[in-house]
Amino acid sequence: MPYLFLGPWLLGAIGLTVAPMVVSLYLSFTDYDLFNEPQWVGLDNYAKLFGDDPRYLHSVGVTLRYVAWSVPSKLLLALAVALLLNALRGKGQAFFRSAFYAPSLLGASVGLALAWRAIFDTWVDTPDHALVTIVLLSAWQFGAPMVIFLAGLQQIPRDLFDAAAVDGAGWWRRLWSITLPMLSPVLFFNLVLETIHAFQAFTQAFVVSGGRGGPADSTLFYTLYLYERGFTEFRMGYASAMAWVLLVAIALITAVLFRTSRYWVFYGDER
Amino acid sequence: MKRAVVFVLCLAALGLVLYPIVWLISASLTPVEDLVANLRSLFPGRITADGYAGALEGAGGESFWTFLGNSTIVASGAVIGNVVSCSLAAYAFARLRFRLSGPLFAFALVTIMLPAHVTLIPQYVVFQRLEMIDTFVPLILPKLLATDAFFVFLMVQFMRGIPHELDEAARIDGCGPIRTYRYVVLPLSRPAMVTTAIFTFIWTWNDFFSQLIYLSSTENYTIPMGLRLFIDQTSSSSYGPMFAMSVLSLVPIGLFFLAFQRFLVAGVATTGLKG
Repeated sequence: MPYLFLGPWLLGAIGLTVAPMVVSLYLSFTDYDLFNEPQWVGLDNYAKLFGDDPRYLHSVGVTLRYVAWSVPSKLLLALAVALLLNALRGKGQAFFRSAFYAPSLLGASVGLALAWRAIFDTWVDTPDHALVTIVLLSAWQFGAPMVIFLAGLQQIPRDLFDAAAVDGAGWWRRLWSITLPMLSPVLFFNLVLETIHAFQAFTQAFVVSGGRGGPADSTLFYTLYLYERGFTEFRMGYASAMAWVLLVAIALITAVLFRTSRYWVFYGDER
Repeated sequence: MKRAVVFVLCLAALGLVLYPIVWLISASLTPVEDLVANLRSLFPGRITADGYAGALEGAGGESFWTFLGNSTIVASGAVIGNVVSCSLAAYAFARLRFRLSGPLFAFALVTIMLPAHVTLIPQYVVFQRLEMIDTFVPLILPKLLATDAFFVFLMVQFMRGIPHELDEAARIDGCGPIRTYRYVVLPLSRPAMVTTAIFTFIWTWNDFFSQLIYLSSTENYTIPMGLRLFIDQTSSSSYGPMFAMSVLSLVPIGLFFLAFQRFLVAGVATTGLKG
């Protein structure tokens, strides 16, 4: 009986997730153009990625730089605004919280990315600044992590602050010794989530760069290059190899974040 | 900090957050000549609806209404698919006992984090073999099969909070799992269903990547794909329609946001939705 309810999900999990993963792993060891049968080439695609494709390595660099800039700037902004809103009690808080959240919904759209491209039209055309505009577009969508931070802030017991105030701790001291440690699980959650998403950013880079990752490949995100190889050149084997490298990279970075978490994430029930 | 200082800082942040939206609306109402001469005037001296007239004419030989209709079909299909399939799976995970419940649910959680790219190419190959490229099937079918496992998770969390006594009472009254799902759990899960429906709608409305991959002829284009036709155009005469269509594309999201902001913000706060 349970499988009656699970049916659709199970069908999707096997047919649209597990089987395609296995197939794409297989395809990553082949040359496949969608029209002829896949040709087994062993590790050639992987060797080419890391040894013989400067544009690929360049796209890795662009993506890493994007992640390294966009995630911290978005989270810092989210944290700062959440602290601000937490200090603002009453009716105003709900209004500002909603208003600041709106860009998280609008910013993912093509329409807003087109506006962004026009607002920063002089930057978009220079290789040194094009990536900055996309980082700014990402930071502008700080609302979602901010809402999560604010919910976390409201969970911190007030008597901790009262006790600290009695002991004469100032604002910075309370922030550093109470707020941040108590908030660290939420910070960790946001960090993992935003990092995973940042690696897969596509729409904004596609629109802002006019679909090509330009100027001079300065916004050639990983996913943009994968799209180019797979869906404009139909090199499906090569694109599959890129997809698997992305999966492994994201898994590794997530694992590293989890390993570091034991040094800086504080859970209340810890001994 | 003083409340007044905090309030002023909030207002300043609000200005920065709203600036791009106001800019876009004002640009969509500015005459093309003024846009070319001075693109950055936030309060245009003259106002025109020419941009909107051009936007409704559409792009690439199809009218805006075609794009709007296609987007509506895709988004509605996705909403129905997600609400039905995810609530079925969530009911099984949250309320029924079966041997593989734990491992399967753990697997569902893992798939949330999976980058779509590792499944994309074989999926594309299969849809191509079935001659379903350039139809809406590849965009809607995955939702009918609950591939957005995130919403399964959201609904499981919600359904676990419904008292088990209700299931017991239903069972004593002679309800099997199907009727318990239909008449007890489903009606009580309405907030989670609404949250799922709204987010699915907005994300599908904004979605660009899968529509870019699966839709190829202009008559099947959705609004993001219609907007994409403007990306390649460099002539400044298309600025007006481009900005106007951008505004029109955001209107449904704005309306949903205004109507459901409490659901949206609460959904993010309790589950950590990306948004």
